[in-house]
Amino acid sequence: MSQVSMTVNGRKVSGECEDRTLLVHFLRDNLHLTGTHVGCDTSQCGACVVHLDGKAIKSCTMLAVQASGSDVTTIEGIANGQDLNPVQTAFKEHHGLQCGFCTPGMIMTITDMINRHGSDLDEETVREELDGNICRCTGYHNIVKAALDAASKMGTPQQVAAE
Amino acid sequence: MYETSYQRPTSIDEAVKLLGDSDGEGKLMSGGMTLIPTMKARLAMPTSLIDLRHVAELKGISFENGRLKIGGGTTHAEIKADATVKQHAPTLSYLAGLIGDPAVRHMGTIGGSVANHDPAADYPAALLAMGATIHTNTREVVADDFFTGMFETALEENEIVTAVSFEPPQAAGWEKFRNPASRYAMAGVFVAKRADGSVGVGVTGAGNAGVFRWKEAESALGSNFDGSALDGLSLSANDMMGDMHGSAGYRANLVKVVTKRAVASAKR
Repeated sequence: MSQVSMTVNGRKVSGECEDRTLLVHFLRDNLHLTGTHVGCDTSQCGACVVHLDGKAIKSCTMLAVQASGSDVTTIEGIANGQDLNPVQTAFKEHHGLQCGFCTPGMIMTITDMINRHGSDLDEETVREELDGNICRCTGYHNIVKAALDAASKMGTPQQVAAE
Repeated sequence: MYETSYQRPTSIDEAVKLLGDSDGEGKLMSGGMTLIPTMKARLAMPTSLIDLRHVAELKGISFENGRLKIGGGTTHAEIKADATVKQHAPTLSYLAGLIGDPAVRHMGTIGGSVANHDPAADYPAALLAMGATIHTNTREVVADDFFTGMFETALEENEIVTAVSFEPPQAAGWEKFRNPASRYAMAGVFVAKRADGSVGVGVTGAGNAGVFRWKEAESALGSNFDGSALDGLSLSANDMMGDMHGSAGYRANLVKVVTKRAVASAKR
């Protein structure tokens, strides 16, 4: 067992878990942040994507102890109160989800994409970089539309970083 | 996953000591992008995991005395985005950007990939083709001597890959024919026109002993750097992997097709 401390969605948290506990289970079972999903459990589907120190990672492929000392952002941490963030809004407006299971991971992956590419994000890049996120409902078209719309509204990477 | 214990060294010396203390039962973990899935499948059961992600000595990219050097702890995303890599070895930057997906590229490292020598890993093909050197905490090994077999390398116990370095090629091409489901290479070929004018051809995903150099293609391309130089050549199916995704004969032909594409795409 190890003592694990990290900042999750701006809040300092700590807890005890086995060294083999995956970050996604620590988030879901210890912190009760169940927005982050476990889909495939084999690093392929991306339902578990969160941000670690500002970068998208698969929380089913990282131990909680590895994340100790880091800053973690989950789907619960991106809206401003009742105001959805631009990626969430774009998913709503463009019907970017059906069953919604993949959506938290999709939104965290796309937010990371926009952080890196800003308003330069183009369709080819979105499709290539969604390589690690699987959706079984939408056929991806509306997810891509939502990503491009959000990118155009969120502006350059520098502006996003300054927010 | 079987029970394990986690350790976080901050220097190479500390990591080596922890590895030594584990009596051969511990494992070094860099990004963990192969090791953690392997442990989840209970195909590996290290009693201790030694996390190299916080060892600053393993990070960084530099260009000195005509050689590009990339620290073992450098992630695929960093190699993809780095201005020095883009300037001196744009094809390696392109290769890094096609590994896995963005989340995997944020964690996975070149040192981890090289030390693991998965038969479908991408960097080993590039390092062989460019005639790179693998740096460890104890010595330097040329790529030709480093990759000794599938999942096998020249690494001794308690040896850590600290960096790779190479003289940037005049021109290089990377072509990866990806399995449509797993996205791993079924044949990936890195073609490098080296600084001395010779040509290196590194092949991954296809050989039954891991990554290899296709030396006949190297000679042919050395005298005529054009895909047509390969027309009369063939690879033996006996040296190829065969599995549910493609027979050994299929891969033997695929390597030739992919090599031609890599040559066609080769640029500075």
